[in-house]
Amino acid sequence: MREVAILGLGQTPVGEHWEISLRDLGAQAVVAALKDAGLEAAELLVVGNMLSGSLSHQENLGALIADYAGLRGIEALKVEAACASGAMAVRMAYLAVAGGLVDVAIACGVEKMTDGSGEETTTALAAAADDLFESDQGVSFVALNAMLMRRYMHEFGYRREDFAEFAVNAHRNAARNPNAMFRRPITHQAFAEAKMIATPISLLDSAGIGDGAAAVVLGPVDWARRQGGAIIRIAASASATDSVALHDRDDPLDLQAASRSAQRAYAQAGVGPQDIDLFELHDAFTIMSALSLEAAGFAPRGGGVRLALEGEISLQGRIPISTMGGLKARGHPVGATGVYQIVEAALQLRGQAGENQIPNCRLAMTQNIGGSGANVVTHILERLA
Amino acid sequence: MTIPSYWRTRKQRLSLQGEICPHCQRRLFPPRDICPYCNGPAKVAIPFSGRGRVYSFSLVHNAPAGFEPYAPYLVALIKLEEGPLVTAQLTDVSPDEVSIGMPVEMVTRKLREEGEEGLITYGYKFRPLLQAVEAS
Amino acid sequence: MSIMKPLRAVGIVGYGAYIPRFRLSASEIDRVWHGGEALAPIREKAVAGLDEDTVTISIEAARNALARAGIAPSKLRAVWVGSESHPYAVKPSSAIVAEAIGATPETLGADWQFACKAGTEALQAAIALVGSGMADYAMAIGADTAQGRPGDELEYTAAAGGAAYIVGPAEEAIAILEGSYSYVTDMPDFWRRPTQHYPQHGGRFTGEPAYFAHSEAAARALMEGLHIAPQEVTWAVFHQPNARFPRRAAQELGFQPGQIAPGLLAEEIGNTYAGSSLLGLSAVLDLAEPGQRILQVSFGSGAGSDAFLWRVTGRISERRNAAPCTRAYLARRIPIDYGTYVRYRGKLQMH
Repeated sequence: MREVAILGLGQTPVGEHWEISLRDLGAQAVVAALKDAGLEAAELLVVGNMLSGSLSHQENLGALIADYAGLRGIEALKVEAACASGAMAVRMAYLAVAGGLVDVAIACGVEKMTDGSGEETTTALAAAADDLFESDQGVSFVALNAMLMRRYMHEFGYRREDFAEFAVNAHRNAARNPNAMFRRPITHQAFAEAKMIATPISLLDSAGIGDGAAAVVLGPVDWARRQGGAIIRIAASASATDSVALHDRDDPLDLQAASRSAQRAYAQAGVGPQDIDLFELHDAFTIMSALSLEAAGFAPRGGGVRLALEGEISLQGRIPISTMGGLKARGHPVGATGVYQIVEAALQLRGQAGENQIPNCRLAMTQNIGGSGANVVTHILERLA
Repeated sequence: MTIPSYWRTRKQRLSLQGEICPHCQRRLFPPRDICPYCNGPAKVAIPFSGRGRVYSFSLVHNAPAGFEPYAPYLVALIKLEEGPLVTAQLTDVSPDEVSIGMPVEMVTRKLREEGEEGLITYGYKFRPLLQAVEAS
Repeated sequence: MSIMKPLRAVGIVGYGAYIPRFRLSASEIDRVWHGGEALAPIREKAVAGLDEDTVTISIEAARNALARAGIAPSKLRAVWVGSESHPYAVKPSSAIVAEAIGATPETLGADWQFACKAGTEALQAAIALVGSGMADYAMAIGADTAQGRPGDELEYTAAAGGAAYIVGPAEEAIAILEGSYSYVTDMPDFWRRPTQHYPQHGGRFTGEPAYFAHSEAAARALMEGLHIAPQEVTWAVFHQPNARFPRRAAQELGFQPGQIAPGLLAEEIGNTYAGSSLLGLSAVLDLAEPGQRILQVSFGSGAGSDAFLWRVTGRISERRNAAPCTRAYLARRIPIDYGTYVRYRGKLQMH
């Protein structure tokens, strides 16, 4: 096993890219990442994507994007772990390099969500849930998370308004991220009055649908040393699964796959939550932010919302989250999100986060959740001197 | 839901048929071949009573494809008296009458129909317990 | 005229009702169609919800009947639904109901159609199946989610509801069959062609020559055949297209208003078509005493009447509380306005 570093990174803005196709979005991110790495070739491309088959009628995405990125002939494949496909692609690329069989691997997360109707997209996203016993009951993916939020509010005595800071913080940071989809700050008032999608989740609790692609080039740490500049090492890469259906879990508010993968990551990196400087968590819904903070050990059970209420999740707080807007405001092109998280964490560690820069950060954690907690991939990135 | 899939799930949808694991006695719904608690093979079918309590719920405004004619409707996680949680719609109740912990019972209702010519999907929903009343 | 008795004594071993909770008042129809002028033949009618149909109504009624019968569903050798609003023209409601209640695979499962007497025709067949010794238990259901053409007089009364009956050996029955009779002729009083949503009817022609002629002929034939006078029958239940017709039929046959009162539900729920006399019977069984006789007479357009004479046994008191009584369903009512009714009954052109 050898140490792996991020040699280069690239991203497209997240938005409604009417003029850019799925393959071109992916190719753009890959080309940008290779350029950033100062490289012209790679041996392996792992594409993270969830919806290409259902929304674009396109599979064989590994070969397709390799070809359109000018890498025809290399090894390539698509990996799918629902909304955790992006981070899972990074993990697979990491394993190939860490294992010594490949020197340069690219992980590219890409998603095109805006070509179909809203209903088609909602239906396609429901495939992250249990088709037979969740989706077929008329339960949308939002509704599953809504039931988690309501149960959480019931068990710990919170009101809807208590979740506002998760959304407000994300939008505040996205306003300063040129690649973010939603760049206007929102107020607590707007959150309280937002339209309901599935009670108690409103439009302002949920990440928006958009198109986007992000890519990272991974290689041995020695190569990064030769590049000069900050070296971003992957200090930990871990994943774990849980049941797909919420109803199959003994305690739906306990994201066991998230805590398992976080614990494994801490163990690999030899650190604990107190050492983490920022956490790009999976804020597809405000409730997921709260539960993720608890699963990763930043708050006790039921304390995730309290962290937000006490201002600890902002850039100045104890554990900044969604530092470039998160899924909520930077946007959530589902299969690409995990790679956006890693790109943003790496930018923070490099000191290239612009107005959202967290000073002196050394350890960044990212966590990508597939489904309502079924497949969770956690990474810890470290800036080496 | 494809036609064979509709047919394969009929006993679960129409009569809430679950399983009991013969090794650890846990009740399972829906049925599966390997018990997730003890990893033993689990293939003994049992009918569930249909009684349970609301664990959580949500009023769905934006319905997924096929369910739009029914929106807005209530969905819930129900803790069945046999132990498992099940995901299902609530019926015969208005949103302001629902509370976590409320006792409910299973009924069989239409879940959806594929237009005027397609198959009708029937399945389980849950409603508040019917109130007993004197006959005369 | 000869009445019918099976070779083997049979009776009702279980019964169950189901009525949806929504109600459309006659005054709402007056408001929308007739400028507020009150033409109502009933007070309000039961309306099926968005997720209900003849199959779901039948399933709940059947489950209630099984609860009262206390038998394993696999012992049923027939599950027969009679209705004029089967959800499928081809694919039997009966098979879906049989699957849902656990009666499959060893069962009969065809659907029955004879306007409002489809359920009682199925009941005659159930009696025959058990009475012949071919089976120990058979279930007959009458259920409907009847539609009235908007603005038509039948819209006031076309309603939703149903009841299920399990026929079994007399030794286990809560009401024993003393005899039955069926009177059928070809009548053009009310019909619907396959591609049409709403039926056509003959207006006043549906009264004397149809409803009254057939109902009264069947009732008289049965009572004469059994040598029973109206005073020897405790309760009488008739088909209820409205509240007026059954009251007049009862009077013409010599029954007192008190004898038909508990079984007369039309004022509160309208005409549940194939469920009508079967729901009336369930309401009577909910309060009948051992030894009492019940005359039940259905009527279906097309046309015909089935008549049954039931004698309640001592088993009724212990068994009837195993399921909700008819009044429990009558008592749960959610009034809706005409717009909501139009949405629920799918009368809006959506595509």
